[in-house]
Amino acid sequence: MSLDKSEIQNIALLARLTIDEDDIASHCKELADIIDLIEKMNSVDTASIEPLAHPLDLFSRLRTDNVTEKNERENFQANATETKDGYYLVPKVIE
Amino acid sequence: MNKNTEWQTIIGLEIHAQLATKSKIFSGSSTKYGAAPNTQANAVDLGLPGVLPVINEQAIFMAVKFGLAIGAEIPKKSIFARKNYFYPDLPKGYQISQFELPIVSNGQIEIDIDENNKKIIRITRAHLEEDAGKSNHDDFLNNTGVDLNRAGNPLLEIVSEPDMNNAKEAVNYLKKIHSLVQYLKICDGNMQEGSFRCDANVSIRPIDKEELGIRAEIKNLNSFKFIEAAINYEVDRQIELIESGKKVVQETRLYDPNKNETRSMRSKEEANDYRYFPDPDLLPILITDETKKKIKEEIPELPDIKRKRYISELDLSKYDSNNLTINPDIANYFEETFRITKEAKMCANWIMGDLSASLNKNNINLKDSPVSAKMLGEMINLIKNNTISGKIAKVVFEAMWNGDGNAKEIIENKNLQQVTDSKEIEKIVTETITENKPQVEQYKNSSDEKKQKLIGFFVGKVMKKSKGKANPSQVNELLRKKLDN
Repeated sequence: MSLDKSEIQNIALLARLTIDEDDIASHCKELADIIDLIEKMNSVDTASIEPLAHPLDLFSRLRTDNVTEKNERENFQANATETKDGYYLVPKVIE
Repeated sequence: MNKNTEWQTIIGLEIHAQLATKSKIFSGSSTKYGAAPNTQANAVDLGLPGVLPVINEQAIFMAVKFGLAIGAEIPKKSIFARKNYFYPDLPKGYQISQFELPIVSNGQIEIDIDENNKKIIRITRAHLEEDAGKSNHDDFLNNTGVDLNRAGNPLLEIVSEPDMNNAKEAVNYLKKIHSLVQYLKICDGNMQEGSFRCDANVSIRPIDKEELGIRAEIKNLNSFKFIEAAINYEVDRQIELIESGKKVVQETRLYDPNKNETRSMRSKEEANDYRYFPDPDLLPILITDETKKKIKEEIPELPDIKRKRYISELDLSKYDSNNLTINPDIANYFEETFRITKEAKMCANWIMGDLSASLNKNNINLKDSPVSAKMLGEMINLIKNNTISGKIAKVVFEAMWNGDGNAKEIIENKNLQQVTDSKEIEKIVTETITENKPQVEQYKNSSDEKKQKLIGFFVGKVMKKSKGKANPSQVNELLRKKLDN
């Protein structure tokens, strides 16, 4: 399996990662190796095995529907870069 | 394509119903609507490092309830997945949703397409997910404000097959689901507050072709009126495009109710690549037969069955029963007044008449009506036993609406009792006859058919004289006796 430059760039864009032009070749190789590994696993016949959704063979415990949290906006916003009128501010998002 | 091509419209809907839980789907924050920004957004909702989601059992139960009500499959095992995308109102960088093994699959619901015909709409799946926060693009000069109160609210996304062929059918389907979720008490159905919203996938194809056309997705439709208008606009737009030799592109479009048009949302044109994978933070959910059985027992009488019962048992018209079952509030109100009065038709008339008119005029929900079902029922009983006439009842109703007390008190205080004392009525009748000699002459010289009409004139006069309090049937009888002599 091989990956080309544009695929690497698209994957980086989807993950919002900035990558160095010079590193693309090595990313290509590393990711291709991972895909090869997965393809190797895919070649094992698992037709008779039930797919596993989680490595632990357990089910979720559920929570009773109660409000347990109180308003801690001040504490949380103390860590935010910028806030105003109770809002978290981010650079303008144009629709 | 030439201009004579006949087009068929294909519509599939994705409905987002906010589940009526007290707390969020994965955290103990409140879901209450209208709080100040970020006062109901805590560590889990903000996606802070190191936090773990814990599933709210009510969200699961409500989804199962919906599945049971639409005859769907509810697999024993269901899993959550991460849907990855970046937007400021989604702090984790992924939305916890379901992809494989959704909680509900392959259900169906029947809709009316006209007076006599019904149609099955298949529901592919319904899955649980968390809502995102809200972005405020307007109130900050160079920034967008993010409010995460909504982040983590439990949603049930209900996905239909493309089984609808016009805007009307889409609206009927939507109304049906809207009514159902309220009956099941799993969603408050409030469209203004966004508790019930919908996206429509719309495409067209030549009527004789099997293959589906390219579809556009119209986002965030939050009223029945807009949905109908948006679909109709979109169908016309697509037909025009194709007939002028252009192509429909697959894209997300936003409906603008002010201009009544849909327009492309360019920012979302990037190929959707959500890279779903099972969320490693959450173990699968187990839904046992026992759980299903327990939830099934909680399902109340559903609107379709109720409607049929009103027609067959209470002898109401199809029109009346449709209106009285639109939502559980009105059905409960009706059933309470019926329990008190045993007069289905009278109750239906008062609820759909004076009560609805007053509610609409004052923009009040039935739940907040100043006239309770008990008050209305008691008033109807007073019409039944001739204490007041139907006409006076309108005055009594208005007084109850204005908070003057219950029917009995109002009738006593305002001295509105119907006059059934025949002596008193006779007195007024005699007076009326004396005062209207020419009409009496006319009556005496008229044919039976004409007499029938003229008697109405006298009844009117007598009622007016008695300020509406005389018993109309007694008045009628007495008048005939005297005039026909």
